[in-house]
Amino acid sequence: MLTKRIIPCLDIKDGRTVKGVNFVDLRDAGDPVELATQYALEQADELVFLDISATEQKRKTLADLVLRVAAAIDIPFTVGGGISSIADVEVLLKNGADKVSINSAAVKNPDLINELALQFGSQCVVVAIDAKQIENQWKVHLVGGKVPTELDLFEWAKEVESRGAGEILFTSMNHDGTKQGFANHALAQLSETINIPIIASGGAGNVSHFIDTFKEGKADAALAASVFHFGEISIPELKNELKQQQIAVRIETL
Amino acid sequence: MIAIIDYGAGNTKSLQFALERLGVSSLLTSNEREIRSADKVIFPGQGAAGSAMKKLHHYGLDKLIPNLKQPVLGICLGMQLLCEHSEEGDVKGLGIIKGTVKRFSNQVKVPQMGWNSIHDLKGPLFEGISSNSYMYLVHSFYVPQLEETVATSNYNGEYSVALQKDNFYGVQFHPEKSSRKGQLLLRNFLNLSQ
Repeated sequence: MLTKRIIPCLDIKDGRTVKGVNFVDLRDAGDPVELATQYALEQADELVFLDISATEQKRKTLADLVLRVAAAIDIPFTVGGGISSIADVEVLLKNGADKVSINSAAVKNPDLINELALQFGSQCVVVAIDAKQIENQWKVHLVGGKVPTELDLFEWAKEVESRGAGEILFTSMNHDGTKQGFANHALAQLSETINIPIIASGGAGNVSHFIDTFKEGKADAALAASVFHFGEISIPELKNELKQQQIAVRIETL
Repeated sequence: MIAIIDYGAGNTKSLQFALERLGVSSLLTSNEREIRSADKVIFPGQGAAGSAMKKLHHYGLDKLIPNLKQPVLGICLGMQLLCEHSEEGDVKGLGIIKGTVKRFSNQVKVPQMGWNSIHDLKGPLFEGISSNSYMYLVHSFYVPQLEETVATSNYNGEYSVALQKDNFYGVQFHPEKSSRKGQLLLRNFLNLSQ
């Protein structure tokens, strides 16, 4: 049976993890490679690296990091953050990224989705959508949720699917950072609207939030950052709880 | 020497790294002589069947691969292309294994993306890998159960996640991305006798 995926997200700036991490076993908590290795050992199903640096060196630093991550871990990973061209994607995939995630660039230039799917295959094209619910309408936002657009979340998701995206990473700006649970109502509606996998993001605070997003939100995967980085939720314990709730998860015995 | 067939299709870096972690060096090549003289050949693949077959044809690899005598491992699209035909773009495959690659029905999310359990494991590739182990898969098209099936999984029905015919092996999942069990499968392939 296909299992639900648990995905830690690492924010990266200039090749280092940004938000503080509180991992007992790490020699260098700022080293994304070491953190990634630890998560792979804990049986995280996938990783997302979100690059938020804005330097001229950005592309090269990120490409180098991807290469080092690919050398170290044997689970899939996605790279996102400021990716806006075929050339950007090509170097990341060549260096060992499994998928790339595009966000603002897809809204500004939707043809990019088609071009990437055609050139590299839908399986490596993740479209990240940040949306905020305003007066009962979910509107797509850009620049990390700061800039509103007129795009409706569900319409945009449909368009993204038809253009060849292989997966959607949906972050609810209303829930992100609240630790009050994922946007399950919108997630369930998304699942009815489109037929590609959906990663739920924004709002994870405790184990039952994950149970709810898989059961009520019908999410295929759930992404979180701080609850994992600060050890508030351990991935093995989370997976055991999910299993108790009859949710299919990957638990490998050594 | 392990040859990884290079025809511009997909993420070969992770595969090279996975082999490196097993202490094996590999050569990414589209050169006929190098491929023929390799101890083992890995045939990766990603993207669409049609463009992959075109690229294989461009390098003359569509003629070479079916005639290889050493163990050959097709991965993902590489496994699908071992078959005769794919519904994806109505494309003719390498025809090593009789069978048609089909698309998943829309009753399930397509592509299938993630870790699925595998079972009915047969043959040397799965030595030491227990039934219901998880492997990482990303695909929209699948190979139905065939005589050559040596492992299955279930996604809206049972289908083939591994095939074997003579010296040709194929896995639908990505062993290089499937953690320890994937590493074990790669080691089993490397340990095959000629």
